Amino acid sequence: MSGSDQGKGLDVLGAQDRARFEQLVLPHLDAAFNLARWLLRSRADSEDVAQEAVLRAYRFFRGFHGGDARAWLLQIVRNTCYTWLEKNRPVELMTEFDEELHQQPSSSPEALAIAGDNRERLSRALETLPPRFREVLVLRELEGCSYKEIASITAIPIGTVMSALARARQRLQRALTNSSPQEAPREL
Amino acid sequence: MSCEYTRTVLHGYLDGELDATRAAEFERHLENCRECENSLASVEALRSSLQRSSLYESAPPSLRKKVRAGLDVATVREAPEIPAWRWLAVAASILIVAAVSWYSWPRFQDSASSAPFSAAELIDAHVRSLQPGHLTDVASTDQHTVKPWFDGKLAFVPPVKDFSDEGFPLIGGRLDVLAGQNVAALVYTHRKHVINVFVLPTREPDTSIHPPGLRQGYQWFHWRHQGMEYCAISDLAASDLRELAQLLYQ
Repeated sequence: MSGSDQGKGLDVLGAQDRARFEQLVLPHLDAAFNLARWLLRSRADSEDVAQEAVLRAYRFFRGFHGGDARAWLLQIVRNTCYTWLEKNRPVELMTEFDEELHQQPSSSPEALAIAGDNRERLSRALETLPPRFREVLVLRELEGCSYKEIASITAIPIGTVMSALARARQRLQRALTNSSPQEAPREL
Repeated sequence: MSCEYTRTVLHGYLDGELDATRAAEFERHLENCRECENSLASVEALRSSLQRSSLYESAPPSLRKKVRAGLDVATVREAPEIPAWRWLAVAASILIVAAVSWYSWPRFQDSASSAPFSAAELIDAHVRSLQPGHLTDVASTDQHTVKPWFDGKLAFVPPVKDFSDEGFPLIGGRLDVLAGQNVAALVYTHRKHVINVFVLPTREPDTSIHPPGLRQGYQWFHWRHQGMEYCAISDLAASDLRELAQLLYQ
């Protein structure tokens, strides 16, 4: 959604809009909450931010001209999350996305399977990744989004979704195999 | 890591995002590249861990409820523009309403004029309560928690009863101001609809439950009982709301 769309989007919404919104957009409330939860790493904050995002989506609903309602909603959720992060945890956003990944030790599938079997550990490893790595993983692995959807939600050019995912997965593998279960490198 | 394929194309392959030509090309490469073979296995292991470990977090019911309340507010607040020809219909309705009121005047007079607040004030208070975070000051389904909470906050003690068994669970209470007076607001729900019951003391004699008021899609029932003035308002159908009014009246 572009800035100008948002500007002119404030429409009068009637019972018909409401019914259409409930039918098309509200079924994706779980997706909205899940994305916010992994971007913000806090259930309480995610509930507030997801609520804000969904109501904002409703106010701009006339600007939605059919198509992929989930991607449309998630795009608004993502933007709302980043605005929130900028305001409340600016430090978290300072990690650059284009970080080079040299000499990544190739971890064996067995080691990964063992490390990944622990939900707590997997969740912690995912949370240590910068938000921009986290979001592509959540969208792909938990939400099952296609590259095209990921591109439209995250505003990454479609041609770079694949490499973004590649780097995110490498980062997660490293976070999983490098962290022993005792140490809990959790920021914040 | 040296193999360029491992870095990117492998992921497109795994995600089923390569076109047929590129996928076949990668498969040929895979036959001779140990690095890609290992990498593919470990990325697959990672993916299945992610999917197996139920990291997906669904929206809590409280979020669903708040979103619906927010949608209610956003939908009701903005009335659609009325095309010119509709004014004729409006004028006709006013005539009809005037005629009907003329005949039923004594009955309605009691209902409309005796409440110490106007319909607009009542609806405002109700809509205000539906804004995020405004519904309850004390959120509890336990009448023995809600009732003592009002102690010392108001110059009267509102009767607080839970009607979960009857389909109207109490979800909490709050202080509100209606027409400049402090009032107790008891909050009930019924099939996801929020009902506000405003309670304030009165010196006027008891009445029965007045016929429902209706405006902007909201219905309300008003009555006085044992020194208290009650008004229950919601977007529920009048018949459902009357049920709660009758429970409260007993």
